[in-house]
This record gives sequence, structure tokens and C-alpha cells, in this order.
Amino acid sequence: MIGESLQIALRALTANKLRTALTMLGIIIGVGAVIALLAIGQGASAAVESRFSALGTNTIYVVPGQQNTGGVRSAAGSAQTLSLDDAEALAAAQLPAVVAIAPERTFFGQIIVSGVNTNARIAGTTPAYQDVISFYPASGEFFTDQQVEEKALVAVLGQTTATNLFADSDPIGQTIRINAGGGASVNLRVIGVMQPKGGTGFTNRDDQVLVPITTALAKLQNARTATGAQQIQQIDVKARSSNDVNLAVEQVTAFMTERLRNPDAFQVRNVQDQIDAQKEASDTLTILLGAIAGISLVVGGIGIMNIMIVSVTERTREIGIRKAVGAKQKDILLQFLMEALVVSVFGGLLGIGAGIGTSYLVEGQSLNGQEIQTVIAPASIVLAFGVSAAIGLFFGIYPASRAARLNPIEALRYE
Amino acid sequence: MITLRDITKRYHMGEFEVHALRGVSLDIHDGDFVAIMGPSGSGKSTLMNVLGCLDVPTSGSYLLDGIEVAGMSEDELATVRNRKIGFVFQSFNLLPRMSAIEQVELPLSYARTPNRRQLSMAALESVGLGQRMFHKPAELSGGQQQRVAIARALVTQPSMILADEPTGNLDTQASEEIMGLFTRLNEQGITVIFVTHEPEIAAHTRRILTIRDGLVQSDRANTPVRPEQPDDVTVRTHTHAAAPSANGAAAATPAVSGSPSHDR
Repeated sequence: MIGESLQIALRALTANKLRTALTMLGIIIGVGAVIALLAIGQGASAAVESRFSALGTNTIYVVPGQQNTGGVRSAAGSAQTLSLDDAEALAAAQLPAVVAIAPERTFFGQIIVSGVNTNARIAGTTPAYQDVISFYPASGEFFTDQQVEEKALVAVLGQTTATNLFADSDPIGQTIRINAGGGASVNLRVIGVMQPKGGTGFTNRDDQVLVPITTALAKLQNARTATGAQQIQQIDVKARSSNDVNLAVEQVTAFMTERLRNPDAFQVRNVQDQIDAQKEASDTLTILLGAIAGISLVVGGIGIMNIMIVSVTERTREIGIRKAVGAKQKDILLQFLMEALVVSVFGGLLGIGAGIGTSYLVEGQSLNGQEIQTVIAPASIVLAFGVSAAIGLFFGIYPASRAARLNPIEALRYE
Repeated sequence: MITLRDITKRYHMGEFEVHALRGVSLDIHDGDFVAIMGPSGSGKSTLMNVLGCLDVPTSGSYLLDGIEVAGMSEDELATVRNRKIGFVFQSFNLLPRMSAIEQVELPLSYARTPNRRQLSMAALESVGLGQRMFHKPAELSGGQQQRVAIARALVTQPSMILADEPTGNLDTQASEEIMGLFTRLNEQGITVIFVTHEPEIAAHTRRILTIRDGLVQSDRANTPVRPEQPDDVTVRTHTHAAAPSANGAAAATPAVSGSPSHDR
């Protein structure tokens, strides 16, 4: 019975190929858009996750608290309360859940290489930095504790910075000049280039110049806290394992509260929270994209309904003939419902192809300087296909039941 | 066996109420061969629709083979049409995209009958279209199309065939062929009822009913004329066992004798 209805439906649909194709196109575009946009959205989520994961999910950060000036509350990290002494004390405390600690003093400066100026982020830190965020030189070497002690004039370049400054030539052994403003200017010898790491915006660790923290503080940015200690912006802390992140956060928080006697003077953050926040944002984006694509799917469904109503009207006489020879209401209902279903299911299948094809086409394309990544989730294919079939059913019911309810005599008389 | 008692049919056309049938009572026996005549608007088409279970009467009783049809639901009527009635229309009413064999299979598919192909082939052969089974309506002449329609009406082995001006769109030659076919079918025991306003077509039947203003005006027996039979029409439906002249129609004079297949 179903097979026969299917045959009748295929015959009716192939009799009007252009119309069928155009109706199907609505569903193809709808399903294709759902799949492609969900793939792009999920690709963005995956990209966010992988970039942050590259920073190390068991890394936590201690940053200064908010600055309150005359009732104006600034962003976290704006207060100038964290000092190099705090970082050293934290390292010396040997908290059980913590394995490594590195201070960071970051600022933007001008880098001059053979007369060419570029701006880059400069980060003063210690060799522990490598272990804290699992980030090591690809060539040359990192500066040593002794070089930190000696305020050595050495620098290690991020991968992107090295390419920007030296293109294809080997940067190791070359000299760069850093101009940090306020007359502070110093020549540094490049001793290493870091491996690529990834990251976004301010956390892009490929585009920075690493220098010993003592060199940074003494020769480039001699900032002081209110108490006159050497000010830093951030302490990077590596937890023993990703399971111990929360424990490490507790221990670091307890230690810093004890030391600074002011819980508002600092904040402790972990990477996982940031990943979660970012993922939430990109998931919202995915849902939004999917919803927009879903609208086009519904529009495609309305197209099916429209063409089915036309088809029922055109074939009124056929319906009359079928009823005269014994077709029951459900026979007619099934016949037209099957037509709507065939259009939506075939359209859905082609749409899956179109969606996957589009995903492959946009993969790696650049949008606003960001490379588009796509992840086609099987769930999104099942969803899009299920929804398109449901739409065929939903929008086919009305025209089909209209056909089924036709009075046989009037239908036979219809010209 | 059809028994109509006091059948009325009213319907609305805009603001007017039309009394298409005003109380029709009649009996049609198995094996009858009846022409229904009457002027336009007399109610003869409405009567056909009621007889064919396409329409339900407003009041009255319609017993078809002893079963009350008047109060049936649409789906029940569909089953009755499928099992007991074969329709032949003036405009053939074939589906344009289907081959002859598929047209004939249509009622069988709604009856969920097995062996549709064989039964349909037999029906087409019986109306002389054995060579045209896979032609579409556009590839057939009017007479051939009407024969496909007759095969479609026959294939479910109905107890009666209802024809609404079956020769109205045909030339004289084709009309004669079709009437010959109906005569043969009737001789095999199938009740044949048709509407016509051509007296020479009605002359083939054994009973002529005249309808006027929604009532039976006259109901008289007729001595049928024998139509000319073309050679290729060889009716071979064996399934209707009833002998037509034996259980003869109430008002008809049984007058047919001789071989049904070779009468020239």
C-alpha cells in the first residue's frame, strides 16, 4: 500500500519536474543552511576550545583586583597591587596542588630591527613560564634563571613575531631594539624562537617577545605598587593536574588572602572557566545560526504546502475518478501526503549533501581575518533530516485532507 | 437488485433550493438493461449519482442487494462503489498519465486485490484492447478510451455498470461498438443502466425510464435492437453466471436469442 502510494507520488512529481525541483529547492536550501551554519557554529566552538586548551587547562592565573577610584569601578586586573615579591612568596610557599609558578609583566612596545619599526607585546617572565603553560622553544633556547638574576639583555621571540621581524632568515643571534616609551630603550640579543602555540587576542602567545622579568622591570617598565614593590600584572600558576585545578585555586586564594590581607586585591581565574564562558558564547551563536537556518526550512515547508494546494486543485478531477472507482478518504490522504513527504525527504537528502558540500567549501576560508572551521555533527544531520520530513508531513496534511474530503460528484464535474 | 422507495434529493444552489428528485420509487432487477432518459434538469443525473452511490438521497430508502445504502458514510459508499458498481462516463474520465492497463488496475488496487495485472489484462482483452494495453489515453481513439473505461468498470466484477451518456462524445461507428459491448455484458448477466438522450441509443435496451421534474414519468419495456458488432470485440467475461433472460427484468420483454459473439 505504501509502496503503491510512493509510486503514484513519484509519477505525479515527475510529471511536473520543474515545479517539483523548485519546491524541493526550498527544502534543499533550508536543510543545507541548517547543516552548514550549525557546522560553522560548532567549528567556532571547537576552535575556541582548542585555542584555550592550548593554553593549558590546568593553568590558573592570579590577577590584581578591580580598581575603585571615586566610585568608578574599573575592570578586573586594573588595580596595581600585585608585586614580584608576591610571585616569589607564592613559589616559595610550595602549595601542595601547585607545581610551577611564573610572574608576568606585559606591556606593548616598539621593536626596531634594522630600521624597521613594529609594535608587539613584550612579556617579562621567568624560565618557569615554560613549564607553567607547557610552552617551549622550537629553536635556540629559553633564558635561564641565572640570566634572570643578571638582568641579561636577551629575548625569546614568539613564532609569529619571529616571522614578522625576520621573515625567512634565522633570528637567533640577531639584535632587536625595544623602545618601551618614556626614553626606556634597550638592545636585546635573540636567543630562541618559541614553538607555535595559538591563542586569541591578548592571549596570543605567538605574537610576543619574552624577556627576563628583571630586565623588563629594570630596563623597560619600572612600575611600582603602592607599597613600592616591583609591580607585575599576572602570576601564572600550574596546578598538579587538571583534576586539582579547583584545589589549587583554593590554596592560592588562601595564600594570597593571607599575604595581602585583602581578598579584593586580587582575583584567581582558571582557564576552564574561560573556556566555558567562551563556549557558552559560541554555543549561543550556533543556536542563533541554526534558528535562522530553521526559518528558511519552514519557508521551504510553506512552499510545499503552497504547491500541494495547487496540485490538489489541478487534480480535482483525478481525485473524483479515484473516489468513483472506490478510493477511500485515507487512500487519497495517503496519496497526497506521500507526495509532500517525497518532496521533503528527497529535498532533505539533497540538502544534507548541499550542507556538507558548503561546509567543505567554507572550511579554511577567512572571515574577518579568522579562519572558518567547520564541524559537521551527525546530530545536526539527523536533526535537519528529521525536521524536513516532519515539515513535509505537517505542511502536507492540510492539502491532503482537503483532497480527501472532496465531494466525488463535484470533483468529477470539475473542469 | 435495486429497490428505491420515495427517494428525494434536495440541494442548494446559491439561495435556491433545488428539488432534483421528488420521490422516486423503482425496482431494477439483476440482469436488467435500462436506459434513463429525460430532458436537461429533469433529475436523471442526480438519480444516476444516487444509484451509483456517489451521492446520498435527502430522504427515502435505497436497498442495493438488500443492504440499505441511504445512510452510509462516505467511506462505506466508496467500498460499495468499488465492489458493486462500475462507472462509465461521457468524458471517459481516464487519468491522463496512466497506460490502459494501469487505469484498469486502479479499482483493484483500492480493493487490495491480488493478481491485478492478470485480471486487468483479461478485462482489456474482453473489450478488444489486448493490443493496446500499454497505450496512454492520448494515444487511443475515443472509442478505445471508452472501452478502457468499460474494462475498468468491469474488472472488479461488479453487479451493475452505470453509464452516464457513454456514447455522448463518440461518433456513430464507435457508439455502435460501445453499445454492442454493453449488450454483450448484459447478456452475461451484468445489470447495465445508462443515461442518454439519444432515442437510438436507448433503443438498444430492454427498459426505458423517463424522468421529468424529479419524478418517473414513464417506465416501459423495449424490444432491443441488435447493434452491429465489430470483429475485434470478443466479450470473454465468464464470471457472471446469471442468465440474463432467465431472471429477466421486471418490465422487459426477453427478446434476445442467438450467439452473442457472432451475429453478423
